[in-house]
Amino acid sequence: MNIKVYVPRDATALSLGAGRVAAAIDREAQRRGLRVQLVRNGSRGLFWLEPLIEVASAEGRHAYGPVTVQDVSSLFDAGFLDGKPHRLHLGLTDEIKELKSQQRLTFARVGVIDPVSVEDYVAHGGYAGLKRALALSPSEIVDAVTQSGLRGRGGAAFPTGIKWKTVLDQPPQQKYVTCNADEGDSGTFADRMLMEGDPLTLIEGMTIAGIAVGATQGYIYLRAEYPHAHRALDEAIASARAAGYLGGNILGSGKQFELEVRLGAGAYICGEETSMLESLEGKRGEVRVRPPLPAIKGLFGRPTIVNNVISLASVPVILAKGADFYKDFGTGKSRGTIPLQLAGNIKHGGLFERAFGLTLRELIYDYGVGSASGREIRAVQVGGPLGAYIPASQFDTAIDYEALSAIGALLGHGGVVVFDDTVDMAGMARYAMEFCAKESCGKCTPCRIGSTRGVELMDRVLANVDRERNLQLVEELCDTMLHGSLCGLGGMTPFPVQSALKYFPEDFRKTVQ
Amino acid sequence: MSADRALRDPLDDLSREQVEAALATYQGRPGPLLQVLHEVQHRLGYVPPAAIPLIAEVLNLSRADVHGVVTFYHHFRQAPIGRHVIQVCQAEACRSMHCEKLTEHVQRKLGVELHGTTADGRYTLEPVYCLGNCACSPAVMIDGELHGRVTPDSFDALIAPLS
Ligand SMILES: NC(=O)c1ccc[n+]([C@@H]2O[C@H](COP(=O)([O-])OP(=O)(O)OC[C@H]3O[C@@H](n4cnc5c(N)ncnc54)[C@H](O)[C@@H]3O)[C@@H](O)[C@H]2O)c1
Ligand SMILES: Cc1cc2nc3c(=O)[nH]c(=O)nc-3n(C[C@H](O)[C@H](O)[C@H](O)COP(=O)(O)O)c2cc1C
Ligand code: SF4
Ligand code: FES
Ligand code: FES
Repeated sequence: MNIKVYVPRDATALSLGAGRVAAAIDREAQRRGLRVQLVRNGSRGLFWLEPLIEVASAEGRHAYGPVTVQDVSSLFDAGFLDGKPHRLHLGLTDEIKELKSQQRLTFARVGVIDPVSVEDYVAHGGYAGLKRALALSPSEIVDAVTQSGLRGRGGAAFPTGIKWKTVLDQPPQQKYVTCNADEGDSGTFADRMLMEGDPLTLIEGMTIAGIAVGATQGYIYLRAEYPHAHRALDEAIASARAAGYLGGNILGSGKQFELEVRLGAGAYICGEETSMLESLEGKRGEVRVRPPLPAIKGLFGRPTIVNNVISLASVPVILAKGADFYKDFGTGKSRGTIPLQLAGNIKHGGLFERAFGLTLRELIYDYGVGSASGREIRAVQVGGPLGAYIPASQFDTAIDYEALSAIGALLGHGGVVVFDDTVDMAGMARYAMEFCAKESCGKCTPCRIGSTRGVELMDRVLANVDRERNLQLVEELCDTMLHGSLCGLGGMTPFPVQSALKYFPEDFRKTVQ
Repeated sequence: MSADRALRDPLDDLSREQVEAALATYQGRPGPLLQVLHEVQHRLGYVPPAAIPLIAEVLNLSRADVHGVVTFYHHFRQAPIGRHVIQVCQAEACRSMHCEKLTEHVQRKLGVELHGTTADGRYTLEPVYCLGNCACSPAVMIDGELHGRVTPDSFDALIAPLS
């Protein structure tokens, strides 16, 4: 019998050498005349252990990591195929502390299954949600999503069920389901990991959405920077279609749903939903004035669901296990779980799916074990380039939408970027303005002109030219951008700038050498 | 070839064939322009400005429309690239791990600035804003292959085998 060995095809694991390790295992097994079946799974998200390889056994999967090509022959010598001890042996995967303490609902299968095998997917509970949905009426499906308390995981946290209801309530016509997989935020990779590690969950979620609102065509708008996710999605879509889960007659129900991946082209603004729709139509990604909302007039002018990858990928478990099951996780108005992404200057970076309510400190120190440099952690930026910087004094804040908003921050897509005490916060504030200037779609003045002006002002501050006066002007500019911009790019770029000014004023007043 | 010359060059027969093949693949689908441009860039390494009239004509768009789209997106290149494309992430998580210093090293090592191509046509160096590898910063992509926790030394080792 072939022994199953799992080596991730996840982009981060590959960036650390997983591809070479897989090839070495294959070679070594052949050389020794052993029969090994390599499965290219997603990542468990514990990136300090990648490349993490696993071996199937009767008592569960044994984990070894981080494995390099040089370790492979000694792993065979030690008998890793039988789960024997080795310097890199981590015990049973399910018992790894940082994995065991998570509540994996959306990411339940990521790292576990072969991402593009429908058979494996179904064997691990996949498509139970779709089967349940096919037995419900459209409004019952929408009600279940509303009842679950699921809010948009792209960052704006709008209730998903209410958005779907708006689309359902539009008269029958061509409608669309679009998935926002632009994931432009630095510090975030949950969408990527899900699409690489369990793309069928996203496909199932979109299919359920289509059936719920009467949309027959779906598009995944994927950023061009994610070639590995692109391959996994294309393979998974082909498998789903071949198995009758996509196409003209889904599981013999008479319902129809088709799906296509379309690539972005390196524009951050195309993550904003109306810019994304323009881009999907093959145009410049200029932001549209809302209203009308995409739910009413979206892609090609038709009613359209726009949802983030994680929002859509959370739908199958909600349908399969019920709205109450999902809702029982979390706190206050933040229901369910959130895949937190811990990144930047951190020792143990990765993805940790937890019910809302963990504190920043627990995330950064219990999971992250402090900075990668070993130096003191000075700040974190939560929620991407448009999110506020949070100083160490506020690390006891709970990670939920309301608690973060209460301290003037936002959770966004759940990315947490860690900075040690070598960070120059004035430099980061300048960078925020520079990024906005580079990525502005140009439609409105406060953003287009304001961000360029912001860079100039910050340059004067940094050069200590008329410093206090220019800092005053930065504050006024932030106010103008905040209130006068058409979309969140211009409207939220002030958040990192203002928070840096507020909590780290000394960085803006250093003497220039 | 300089960007300037590329702008004036007519489309040679080989490139024309490639552009026509790209158009044939996506023509007829709804809103196909971005997909066509990706396909052209995959085949030629860039989107030759001389291809714009042809693309416009086949897709029934104005040249200004097509030009507007090509220039809106950072991803589309208007001049030929080097044999190897090296992208160094400049976004926040990589900044927390001092990607500015790595970028300086890369520029020195390759002898080219960001957005440039070396005189021998070997390397094109580009900035990129997040590769989704933020827990293993700084991140670099070389010819579509992703690398994490890159140091000046490991960078040198990565490019050593490239011709
Ligand atoms: N994931 C990333 O990479 C990333 C990058 C940048 C910004 N963001 C996030 O984007 C957020 C801003 O996004 P936004 O401008 O789309 O926010 P928004 O609050 O305007 O809209 C949120 C969503 O709800 C929908 N909506 C709002 N009212 C509705 C109604 N009455 N009926 C039906 N649907 C309705 C909108 O169409 C949209 O889909 C920020 O909070 C930020 O965190 C995410
Ligand atoms: C500048 C900007 C960039 C955005 N980028 C993304 C993105 O990359 N991914 C995403 O899902 N949402 C992004 N959003 C939010 C979308 O506009 C929209 O709210 C979201 O896709 C809706 O899906 P959800 O309700 O499932 O979160 C962005 C918003 C702004 C203002
Ligand atoms: S705020 Fe900036 S990105 Fe948004 S619409 Fe205005 S110019 Fe475009
Ligand atoms: S040219 Fe756009 S993804 Fe390759
Ligand atoms: S910020 Fe560099 S990979 Fe995400």
